[in-house]
Amino acid sequence: MITLPHYLVVSAALFSLGMLGILTRRNAVNVLMGVELVLNSANLNLVAFSRFGPGNLGGQLFAVFVIVIAAAEVAVALAIVLTLYRLRRTPNLDEADILKG
Amino acid sequence: MPIGAVVFWILALVTVGSAAVVVLARSLIYSAFALLFTFFGVAGLYVLLGADFLAATQLLIYVGGILVLLLFGVMLTHKIYDLDLRSEITQPWAGPLVAGGIFVILTAIAVQTEWATGAPRPPAPTTRTIGEMFMGPFLLPFEAASILLLVALMGAAMIVRRKKDA
Repeated sequence: MITLPHYLVVSAALFSLGMLGILTRRNAVNVLMGVELVLNSANLNLVAFSRFGPGNLGGQLFAVFVIVIAAAEVAVALAIVLTLYRLRRTPNLDEADILKG
Repeated sequence: MPIGAVVFWILALVTVGSAAVVVLARSLIYSAFALLFTFFGVAGLYVLLGADFLAATQLLIYVGGILVLLLFGVMLTHKIYDLDLRSEITQPWAGPLVAGGIFVILTAIAVQTEWATGAPRPPAPTTRTIGEMFMGPFLLPFEAASILLLVALMGAAMIVRRKKDA
């Protein structure tokens, strides 16, 4: 029988892998992929609680908002990465130190 | 083992396995295509959880929108003839340590907590209910989300515009 903790563990694995991507990758686009994994794991949690919890469809509604914000986030983030690439000719985050005094 | 459990384990394996490829692959293109399978796996898990509308939304927006944008990002930030598209690793020790610690803590919490779960609801179409909730009690966040999307659209266009055109 598949119950709530099964989904929570899958979501925890997704979150940790996304975290690993954010922490260890130098390429900005790859870090964005890690952020997408983290957002997906949060969504999976919301939908699982909405299914097994006593409430209504509020969890799924929340997940829709998370997807909307993820779309907006990735559009703006890629614009920033492209501008950085134009300025510095590199997609690597640790070379983006223009603001450092 | 009932059929639902078999499907769940297959989907979980696909999701987590391809997510591992996303994070660990040497090539950015491999990462992007593995992300496709992760999104499909999560959509399948949504179907198992009875969220049909959300599964369709996941496929439309993540696979059709966000993944394509990420691929554009990969292609535009590398020279086209630079075929290997490597992504280097930084923090080879602290990063896995933190991520592994988070996984252990989250798993322990998920397994040990006594969740107040009721009987799962029988699967029913959710689209109508979600639409009525958007147009009813959640109208204000719905409108705020549309304004957010408009601002993100204009902001992204504004940021990438070359200065000499301004």
